[in-house]
This record gives sequence, structure tokens and C-alpha cells, in this order.
Amino acid sequence: MAHSDEGHSESFVAGEYIFHHIADANEIHFFSDVSLPLPIILYTEGEGFDIFLSNSFQTTEGVYDTHYDMLAEGPLTGLEFKKSKEGGITATDESKSVWDISITKSVFGMFCMMALVMFLMIKVARSYAKNPGKAPSGLTNFLEPLILFVVNDIAVPCLGKERSKQFLPFLLTVFFFITASNFLGLIPFLGGFNITGTIGVTIVLATSVFIITTFKGNKHYWGHMFNPPGVPGIVKLIVVPIEISQIFIKPIVLMIRLTANISAGHIIILSFVSLIYIFSNLGEAVGTGLAVGVFSTLFMIFMYLLEFLFAFLQAYVFTLLAAIYFADATQEATH
Amino acid sequence: MELLTILLETGVTTGHGIAALGAGAAAIGAGIGVGLIGKGALEAMARQPEMADDLRANMILAAALVEGVALFGIIICLLVTLG
Repeated sequence: MAHSDEGHSESFVAGEYIFHHIADANEIHFFSDVSLPLPIILYTEGEGFDIFLSNSFQTTEGVYDTHYDMLAEGPLTGLEFKKSKEGGITATDESKSVWDISITKSVFGMFCMMALVMFLMIKVARSYAKNPGKAPSGLTNFLEPLILFVVNDIAVPCLGKERSKQFLPFLLTVFFFITASNFLGLIPFLGGFNITGTIGVTIVLATSVFIITTFKGNKHYWGHMFNPPGVPGIVKLIVVPIEISQIFIKPIVLMIRLTANISAGHIIILSFVSLIYIFSNLGEAVGTGLAVGVFSTLFMIFMYLLEFLFAFLQAYVFTLLAAIYFADATQEATH
Repeated sequence: MELLTILLETGVTTGHGIAALGAGAAAIGAGIGVGLIGKGALEAMARQPEMADDLRANMILAAALVEGVALFGIIICLLVTLG
């Protein structure tokens, strides 16, 4: 993850370094100068699409370096595009508006994880069809406890046996997608993916929860929201807006919790890397950098192991809360 | 003292300093909250070990909700630092 910044700036700025690594990017960066370019897809209004690799972007000195503003020419429209060092892509001609729908690092990682989860799950499902009634083996044996965990510890206690059936496909998908994405982000020297720490990904996940709760909400749910029984008229003026705002607050909190947790994990680990740089740059004694290096490495290993727990825990919390919201929305009147 | 000088030299402004204090305050709140939840769950588990599984699930849920509020604070601090 750490790559030398000597060539880029005079002094080492920890914040810049960390956010450069947390943010989504147009290439998968492995170490020092080794990176894999990803396709950039741009739609310019009135001009059409442009598809090219991200390493077509070059600085005025003719190299690809994300620490500087870079320029590239679209091969299909012939327009010139500018990629600022903050990461945004615009047309050099300010009057043109550009839609950036590039396959970024997060999108690429997400595709990989979708393919992996689909492959694994289809394989597992086939193995049940092939040996019905037999004890599972191999991959199926590994994934069965996880699937049963979602079914028996998340869905059934919240939703009950009957209702859980219609929500399980969504809950299982979300659980395995989040777990897989979180674990991809923890593999060192693989570009430091931060998929579930990218707000766009969690917005989509939270919106799905919002849509399902809204459409599955029954008479009882909406009745309690707009006309809470047993509440005097004047208090309703306060209660009803709160009840209505919570439909939106619930998914927003779900979104922020996942993004912030996963990003925070990456930030902490990168902060320990930065500490080594900051203390070595003091330049007073070599020993300081060395001592801080040992200290940082040990803490990094500790945090890393903690992140393994969090990768799983955050998927659990997201799925559990989604299940509880669904349970709220589909509850039948008991009084 | 030396660290303070370095922090000042690297261009840490007042806004950044207050943002750091805010992050600390968010951490205090979340720490107290999660601590109380852990305390409550442990006491309950000690009293009724057969309920441990149920209690653990609810403990994690409550901890996640408390932590969510702390994360709001931290996000705001991040926005101050970046913006």
C-alpha cells in the first residue's frame, strides 16, 4: 500500500496520502509504479461515447501520474478530456458536460465479487441437486454453515418462518456480497479495494432496502405511521413527522454505517503506515523511525485482524437491520 | 511540545484542530455507550446463561446503533478536515 511520494511533493502529508488510497480510482495500483489501467467510459452530451484505457491520460511531461492533472484525447469524438489530480474527469472545453460512467476500481472489484459469489452459489446449489439428502462436502460444507447462519440467526428470529421465505433471497445476496467485498478490501498488494467503503455502493444497497420496505409495507405499517393509534390529536402533530422521517433515516443510517466503518478500518491501517513516514521525516535519529516502524507494524497487524472481524460483523449488522426493517413493515396487527 | 511544533509546521489549522476534538468527543460518547451495552449484556448473560445467544445478537445490534451515531460525528469531522 505504501509507495514513495518523494517525487510528488516536498513534504509528506498524511491526510492526502490516506485519501488518495481510500478514494475510488481509475486504475488498480499494486505497488510503486505497477498498476493496471481500467477502461474509462465517457458520454459527452451531443458528441457521444468515448471508451479508452486510463493510461491514455498523460501529464504535460508525457507520463501517467495520478498526482498531477492529466490530459487525454477521446478516440471516438476527438474531444480532449482533463483528469484533475482530485480524480474528476471533465472536458477541456468547459461548455461541454461529461457523464463519467467509467469502470473504476470499485466497479471492477464489485463485478469480480458478483461473479465470484454467483459462481460459488450456483456451484453449491447444483451440489444439493446432485446429491440430495447426503451430507455436504467440500465447498458446500464450507458455505452451508454461513447460509444457515443467515437463515436461522438473522431471518427466522426477525421475520418468522413463513415471512422470511420471501425476503431470504435479498438478505442472503446482501450478506454474501458485503462479506465478499469487505474481504477483497483486506487482501494486501491487490490495489486496496474499498468497495463497501465507497458511498455509491452503499447508497444502492440502502436504496434496495428502502424500496423493499416501502413496497412490502402493509396496512398495519402505514396505519401506524400516519395515524398512530392511542395518540392524542395534538401529539400526533409531532409524532407523525417523526414517524415519516424515520422511513428515510433508517436506510441513510444503514448506508453511512457500512461506508464509515469500512473506510475507517482502511484509514486506521493507513494512518499507522503514515506514522512511519512522519517520524522518519523528522530526520533527527534513525532510531525513531525504526522504533515507530516496529510499533506501527504490530498495531497494524492487530488492526488487520480486527478488520477481519469487522468485515463479517458489518455484513451481519447490515443484514440484521434490513431484516428488522422488513419485519416492521410486514408485521400483522396483534391487538 | 516538539510534536506540537511539527503539527503546526505541517499546516494544521484551527478548523482541523477543532475537528480532531470533535472526533475525540464522538469517540467518548460511543465508548460510554458501547461500554454500558457490554456491561448490561455481560450481567444479563451471567444471570441467565441460557439466554446468551439471544442477548449477544441484541447486544451487537444495540452496539451498532450507538456506533452509527459516533460515525456521524466522525464523518462530519472528516468533512471539516477535507473541505
